[in-house]
Amino acid sequence: MGSYVLRRVLQMIPVFFGTTLLIFLMVYTLPGDPVVALFGEKAADPAVVASIKHKYYLDQPVWKQYLHYMGNLFQGDFGTSFTGRPVSDIMADAFPVTIRLALLAFTFEVVLGLAFGLLSGLRRGSVQDTLVLLLTLVVISIPVFVLAYIAQTIFATNLGWVTPTVQDSTDLSQLLLPAIVLGSLSLAFVARLTRTSIGENLRADYMRTAVAKGLPGRTIVSRHLLRNSLIPVITFLGTDLGALMGGAIVTEGIFNVQGVGNVLYRAINTKEGPTVVGIVTVLVIIYLVASLLVDLLYAVLDPRIRYA
Amino acid sequence: MPDIHDEDSYEPHPKPGVSHLDYAGEQGMAVEQGTLVERDVEKREEARSLWADAWRDLRRRPIFLLSVALIVLLVLVAIFPWAFTDANPRKADLVHDYLKRPDWTDFFGAGWFGYDAQGRSIYARVVYGARASITVGIFVTAAVTVLGGLTGMIAGYFGGGVDAVISRIIDIFFGIPLLLGALVLLNAFTVRTVWTVVLALAVLGWTQIARVMRGAVLTVKQADYVAAGRALGAGTGRLMFRHILPNAVAPVIVVATIALGGYIATEATLSFLGIGLQEPTISWGIDISSAQKVIRTAPYVLFFPAAALSVTVLAFIMMGDAVRDALDPKLR
Repeated sequence: MGSYVLRRVLQMIPVFFGTTLLIFLMVYTLPGDPVVALFGEKAADPAVVASIKHKYYLDQPVWKQYLHYMGNLFQGDFGTSFTGRPVSDIMADAFPVTIRLALLAFTFEVVLGLAFGLLSGLRRGSVQDTLVLLLTLVVISIPVFVLAYIAQTIFATNLGWVTPTVQDSTDLSQLLLPAIVLGSLSLAFVARLTRTSIGENLRADYMRTAVAKGLPGRTIVSRHLLRNSLIPVITFLGTDLGALMGGAIVTEGIFNVQGVGNVLYRAINTKEGPTVVGIVTVLVIIYLVASLLVDLLYAVLDPRIRYA
Repeated sequence: MPDIHDEDSYEPHPKPGVSHLDYAGEQGMAVEQGTLVERDVEKREEARSLWADAWRDLRRRPIFLLSVALIVLLVLVAIFPWAFTDANPRKADLVHDYLKRPDWTDFFGAGWFGYDAQGRSIYARVVYGARASITVGIFVTAAVTVLGGLTGMIAGYFGGGVDAVISRIIDIFFGIPLLLGALVLLNAFTVRTVWTVVLALAVLGWTQIARVMRGAVLTVKQADYVAAGRALGAGTGRLMFRHILPNAVAPVIVVATIALGGYIATEATLSFLGIGLQEPTISWGIDISSAQKVIRTAPYVLFFPAAALSVTVLAFIMMGDAVRDALDPKLR
């Protein structure tokens, strides 16, 4: 086990550097000068541009910029945004909001997704199965931004249950609607994945054994069936937490949540290199850690999997 | 150590036609018994290949037929939009047509779905908008399938160091969420056409197919017929493309079909955010985005392009679902 974790962490190192380098190259080598863009329509004074570039290390070759950035990163310094604010400061403001939103969406998708998946997987071809299949199909095919508008119109404008946009991001009841919208697509995937997985496992030999030795139905489903069926679902959920935070761009924009998605969208538009690289780096770290945790969870769920 | 990322719910299928030997033998017996015709028909049915079997299964599924009909219609609309409407999608008449409500008596006419905030026919824009979505969906999927399929095949077939390097590259690209990466990439282009979007999505999206292909090749290459092919002196290329590929391609087709719908949705999302397609390209995403401003007073401006987009995505996902059910023997 210990050596497996070590090997996995070692494998994560090149991936971490590769992904950050990739995002770094995308932000800093593609056309479009961020410093000139700072001046908007006005003609920029070359001397001022040069001094700004020097200050932000932009006059160096890209590989030097990257090494410089990484060197600072390992001392906990994410750099300074073009507005002069430390990027770590910006992230400290935005990340708690998005983490709250993502966790809320995550809980919603896990609880309802598993419930729907069980409901339809155990009774294939029944009314509830068809209903779950149809509902999830509709949710999957409606793009998130359309779904957000529908939800906003119905629950905020027409019914008046919630405010159309989020004023206070610490108030979970205000975050609920955006979280449901954000989690709905994943919820549909979780439900379908659980359904398929349960359908496959229902016919497994161990299920027949469990029934034959007279175990009560509840034990069979929770101890035997669900535990075995959860593996593909956990794989999906592990990569999904990161995807939820990245996918928050659309939801946060429509519901005016001042989280990572909103900050990132603005930063991409204004070519705020340091902010974009900083946020994406943190998202990559979250993703890598989550997928490591998922791999370790397998051993817990399925005793047949042993990491030597 | 299990490499769990590559797991998919498909198993390699036995090489179709393996049973041909005993099939021939029994056929000989049938001749002796003089019931050649009947036995022949019966036996031929049993020896159907995976693909023939899946096809037989698919033809009986109403969902599959419905989605194929929808997709054929959408492709026709994308190629020949002028055959479906006489109206000009770019003609704007702010004086007479500003936000005119849908007129159901104007069947298939310019005013059928009403007019948007610039006095343009929504029906014409929905019809002409199909081209961008379908083009992005089909070309991204084609590019991703070739790129991801080849890398996955190479990684799975050669294994060892080649596999380790390719797998890490796949991991690197996989760590960047599609939408985020596409936003950063596309933001660098001041002029963006359908092909810019195709390029960006293909560069970032190939890893999913590569993983599925690699996983499938890893299992298929251990099959006896691959060893037999190698023993008979088949070269790398022949083994890869004649023996392994036909048996490893099923999960790739399934994932690619379902992903196609996803790419269409991603393009619309990018256009909606203002970093995807641009005017004068007609795109449902752009139209939905500009409909935001009038959503309270004229919800139909948002409704029709949104509905068209959803139906398109739905059609591809339904088809992918049906194909998966038909190809996955575990669900039989």
